Amino acid sequence: MSASAIAETTSVPATTPPVAPPSFSTLALRWYRLNRDGLRAIAIGIVSLAAFLLVWHLLTTYRVVFFVRFTNVPSPLAVYASFTKAIHDPKFLMHIVLSCRRIFIGFSLAAIVGVPLGLIMGRFKLAHEIIFPVAEVLRPIPAIAWVPMAIMLWPTNEQSIVYITFLGSFFPILVNTLHGMSLVDPVLVRAAQCLGARERSIFREVYFPASLPHIFTGLTVGMGVAWVSLIAAEMISGQYGIGYFTWEAYSLVQYADIALGMIAIGVLGLGSSMLIRGAGRLVMPWRLK
Amino acid sequence: MNEIPTKAPQGHIEVRNFSLSYESIEGPVEAVTDTQIHVKPGEFVSIVGPSGCGKSTLLNAVAGFLKPTTGVVTVDGERVNGPSAERGMVFQQYSLFPWKTVRENVEFGLKMRGMARSQRERAARTLLGLAGLEAFEKHYPEKLSGGMKQRVGIVRALATGPKVLLLDEPFGALDAQTRVIMQQILTNMWQRLKISVLFVTHDIDEAIFLSDRVYCMTARPGSIKAEIPIPLERPRQQSMMMSSEFLALRRGLMSLIREESLKAMGGEISDMGLQGLNIELHGHSLADVI
Repeated sequence: MSASAIAETTSVPATTPPVAPPSFSTLALRWYRLNRDGLRAIAIGIVSLAAFLLVWHLLTTYRVVFFVRFTNVPSPLAVYASFTKAIHDPKFLMHIVLSCRRIFIGFSLAAIVGVPLGLIMGRFKLAHEIIFPVAEVLRPIPAIAWVPMAIMLWPTNEQSIVYITFLGSFFPILVNTLHGMSLVDPVLVRAAQCLGARERSIFREVYFPASLPHIFTGLTVGMGVAWVSLIAAEMISGQYGIGYFTWEAYSLVQYADIALGMIAIGVLGLGSSMLIRGAGRLVMPWRLK
Repeated sequence: MNEIPTKAPQGHIEVRNFSLSYESIEGPVEAVTDTQIHVKPGEFVSIVGPSGCGKSTLLNAVAGFLKPTTGVVTVDGERVNGPSAERGMVFQQYSLFPWKTVRENVEFGLKMRGMARSQRERAARTLLGLAGLEAFEKHYPEKLSGGMKQRVGIVRALATGPKVLLLDEPFGALDAQTRVIMQQILTNMWQRLKISVLFVTHDIDEAIFLSDRVYCMTARPGSIKAEIPIPLERPRQQSMMMSSEFLALRRGLMSLIREESLKAMGGEISDMGLQGLNIELHGHSLADVI
């Protein structure tokens, strides 16, 4: 018996005989059945957000004081009013653009330095032994504690803010990349070796793709911390930026703008981590369900 | 079939005066001691032995992953100094690259050799066709069954046209039916490619069914206890496993292994009582029970 004969008898039939294309209503019904859970989550999510807005509205219109004081807290409608004003205000848009630019530069630098450094430290023991102790000492220092030092270190304010954003995202990226490297299955490395792969190919074809899921975890966490650090830096030392906008609103007694600034930060943070998740899906098609 | 790299019959494996020990706090521990084996060009040889006897250690030394403490491993007279594409390996855990499709996995060795994309795609398709996997070339390994994964693993190891194929309990994780089919696929590929095979298993039936010769190893520290030629004619069929010839070989090998397995299990067995153990086994091999 030939190998292909055996193979034919053992391989699973991959295709079903062709049938007439189903009607639109059957397709819609099937789509609904397959996506029922997702639709449910979206529906409940909308209801829950609406409930949040309603509670906020009630607390502020009745100026509830119960340990927490809602006396000066702006109502959702007031925030919406200041939002419609703000989107036509080039100054508000400039705050947002500047913050995004700082995030983009600081985060990109952190990824460009953190990922390769983590890969190298994961692969070469000596690099790990040299760099790891320094990283461990610097890592627990919150980015905000770096503000005075950053102002001394960098000639311009802009640079020091970008530096703090960089620091915030750098360590999560480095640590997760390292973690990913430590989990690479040694059998896969062996498999590559006895298929003729040399050091460089193994790095590119095994270590890097095997670490990618953890690298992306690091990038997602790093993006979150980048925003935390940026806002703190902007509030303390900034001119411009959405963090500065929020703090300035407090100083100028424009309460609605405080909430507007907060919501803007939340939306920007959410958007940027969604971008990273999307990139992860593009880069790792084998992880798709 | 031109795309499939075929080699002139070569791939003579020689392991001489081989021992391998590793360091521990109590001093060096011997895993394998005083071992000689060989595989002639185009021969199918199995190594069986109780768990932990060092049969995988021996195979890993032939692959080049481990350095012998004493002795040498040579293939066609050349000393083994590290892993190379000349010695293809198939692992029990499949070890397919999850981020590569089935075809990309098979292409990997050819890519490492610098073969052009279109050429290696064609070679990979031919090989996948041979294993009945052409419909799955674009799938990621995660989507495949165990048997399919291991077929990809074998095809991937053969793609570069290695001189020898090393298999480390490749079917150990498969169910009994799939295992039988895989054994036949492997036999077919081996006969077509005329490649030397060194096969490690703890399954005696599997070793007899597949091999020209079987080495039986002792309990740790492992060494060769016996070398059993398998004179069954080829091509072999499933029905052959009921023949008196097969059963005689099986009985012989089983008693050899049982002795060693009992040694390997040490004190526990004597407490349980050997009589009781014999009844418990109902003719199954002790290696299977373990």
